[in-house]
Amino acid sequence: MQDNISKYLRKTDIVLIIVLALIPCVMMAFNLIPHDADRARLEITADGKVLGIYSLAEDRVIEIGGGNTCRIEKGEVFMSHADCPDQICVHSAHINAQGGSIVCLPNKVILKIISAEIGADAPDVIASWAEKGTPVH
Amino acid sequence: MRKRLEGKSVKTAYLGLLLALAVICGYIEALIPVPVPVPGMKLGLANLVIAAVLYLYGPVEAITVSLLRVLIIGFLFGNMFSIVYSMSGAAASLISMALLKRTRAFGIIGVSALGGVVHNVAQVIAAVLILQGFPWRWYLPVLMLAGLAAGILVGLADRIVLPRIYAEGDY
Repeated sequence: MQDNISKYLRKTDIVLIIVLALIPCVMMAFNLIPHDADRARLEITADGKVLGIYSLAEDRVIEIGGGNTCRIEKGEVFMSHADCPDQICVHSAHINAQGGSIVCLPNKVILKIISAEIGADAPDVIASWAEKGTPVH
Repeated sequence: MRKRLEGKSVKTAYLGLLLALAVICGYIEALIPVPVPVPGMKLGLANLVIAAVLYLYGPVEAITVSLLRVLIIGFLFGNMFSIVYSMSGAAASLISMALLKRTRAFGIIGVSALGGVVHNVAQVIAAVLILQGFPWRWYLPVLMLAGLAAGILVGLADRIVLPRIYAEGDY
């Protein structure tokens, strides 16, 4: 076994692989540090514009004009419908106050949990599909 | 052995063959469902062929095959956006692999591992530029780890296969 590994992998390869594995681990550790779970909110963005910021406390169904529908249920957010062919966002894991995001690349829709600091000065519920084309912020 | 792969017409035929193989790899990959809820996570089977071209021929041939593959796959199955994403990933990963190979200090598994990571980093950068507010803080590390794992597997496969095609290579 030892023989097999040294036949395929050089020492420099092993060092390189360890370094490449450590970088993302450090990044994830940084991501874990701040999170105000109680006051987390859902931010919906389409094509770079913020369509609305919603509380996770009440259950609701939100139609996003580009062909997506997302639901908030029991503090969890998920994409319940999308008209895109791949359906990756629909199959994405549910997100909650702990953080996370669901992305629909074809429709450029992003559901993202934001912390209280960012959402504090924004109203709870705003704007449907970019009627006036003005981002809320 | 190398003689068998060179000569103008033989080389043209081989590169065409490898290009077709790369395109098919991309197609087969699209058929395999990914059991992870992270968009953009995939095996990178085509990189198996691209890394092979890099080692059997060289960076110029590898870049040619890689760019043609992205265009063919993009026109057949994708759209403008998927071509932009694939192109940024393919170009960045190939350049990094070619440079790392030139140092001669690393084997094909290390080279391929770096290629996998750089591929995904470039795609996340492309997504950040196209989609404002893309949550890269989580995607980037997850996709880097996925790219690393895929790169190691692809490199290992090449490490096993290539010596049987061309024994004198420096893998």
